[in-house]
Amino acid sequence: MSFLDRVARDWLLTELFAGMAITFRYMLKPKATINYPFEKCLLSPRFRGEHALRRYPNGEERCIACKLCEAICPAQAITIEAEPREDGSRRTRRYDIDMTKCIYCGFCQESCPVDAIVEGPNFEYATETRAELMYDKAKLLSNGERWEPELAARIAADAPYR
Amino acid sequence: MAELWTGYVWPTVIIVAEIIAIVLPLLIGVAYLTYAERKVIGAMQLRKGPNTVGPFGLLQPMADGAKLFLKEIIIPQGASKAVFLIAPALTFTLALVAWAVIPVNQGWVLANINVGVLYLFAISSLGVYGIIMAGWASNSKYAFLGGLRSAAQMVSYEVSIGFVMISVLLCVGSLNLSDVVHAQEKGMWFIIPHFPLFIIFYISGLAETNRSPFDLPEGETELVAGYMVEYTAMPFALFFLGEYANMFLMSATITTLFLGGWLPPLHMVPFTWVPGVIWFILKVCVLLFGMLWVRATMPRYRYDQLMRLGWKVFLPFSLGWLILTAGVLEVTGWLPK
Repeated sequence: MSFLDRVARDWLLTELFAGMAITFRYMLKPKATINYPFEKCLLSPRFRGEHALRRYPNGEERCIACKLCEAICPAQAITIEAEPREDGSRRTRRYDIDMTKCIYCGFCQESCPVDAIVEGPNFEYATETRAELMYDKAKLLSNGERWEPELAARIAADAPYR
Repeated sequence: MAELWTGYVWPTVIIVAEIIAIVLPLLIGVAYLTYAERKVIGAMQLRKGPNTVGPFGLLQPMADGAKLFLKEIIIPQGASKAVFLIAPALTFTLALVAWAVIPVNQGWVLANINVGVLYLFAISSLGVYGIIMAGWASNSKYAFLGGLRSAAQMVSYEVSIGFVMISVLLCVGSLNLSDVVHAQEKGMWFIIPHFPLFIIFYISGLAETNRSPFDLPEGETELVAGYMVEYTAMPFALFFLGEYANMFLMSATITTLFLGGWLPPLHMVPFTWVPGVIWFILKVCVLLFGMLWVRATMPRYRYDQLMRLGWKVFLPFSLGWLILTAGVLEVTGWLPK
């Protein structure tokens, strides 16, 4: 009997039509697509995108050139040179990130004692040349100015879980 | 002079106009079949498909065509140049030429010849040459293997297609495709008595046009893109258009043989108001949608499974059905005179 059953199923192509029915039902379902350039996904406050160097509200840069981020960076993408400023405070002279090396692990922002280097929400920074991806201190600080409201909001949103 | 005009020039003009009247809608149809394919398969995979170029992405085929037209034609170094370029043109031309005998409405047929079915069969067999030539002329192992596979596949499935056609023709008593439709007008659509043959013909048609799930010649995991792997720009576009034009042709053949061509489903008032050509197009569209639907559903066949299906299932079955049909017609005396 089971043999007959199997043969009947084979010849009536039941499995074939069952599969077709599934795809037809899926065709009528609402689409899962997010219309990317016009619509965007919700990003978690912990999303690790493009880097930025932040400043204090009074305009002083946060980074104190402790070089923890440079030390922890597993891809060795960060290069820092430091020297005392005229007023005697310890500041970076050079703060470079090679964005082509960076693996976006977020260790730099975890290690930073003053929340200076952070990975922001921006992921749309594709460039036409490789050289543009060698970020220097000016670029990182300008990123910080551009994204500061969101950066602060993200840090505040994540603070209760730390 | 007057004789020259009425005897030669005018008929030529009419024939050219008729050819354009068939080819132009067909090419537009082919362009929008690629769009429909992306939309339908997209929908079945919960995606949107093209939606940016023009309203609902309707200009996408034009954009694709312009892109392919403007790209560089690359001819591989070891390729046999002339054959390499003839092959896509051949495939494309053959897909269009076969439309000469397809009746799209009562009396709307370019060449109402009495061996229409034979002609159709001959043209679809010739289609193998385009693919073999492309595979051989590319001088590339992937293209060569793809071409061989495709040839073997098309030849195998043509056998069962032939037997299916013979079964239908036994019930018609003519090789003229318009007569095939007229025979269905008197009786019923051949899909009703010959339903298993319809399924076999449809599946064989998928194999014949190298459509999924029988698109082994282009199996990307093993052959990259099969016989078209070395093609770029317009030659590639011609292969692409040829494949889709073949899908149209296969659907039109099935419509003529099994679904009553231009006939409305019932000879009643609301149905007979619609012109026959609309019914024809509707039936072709339903069959084409089926082809896209199958592509979104089925995984690709393995090569030995494909051959087993063709030779060990379809061929004996269609042969047996042919004998059954002949026997029934002989015993009941329904054999057309």
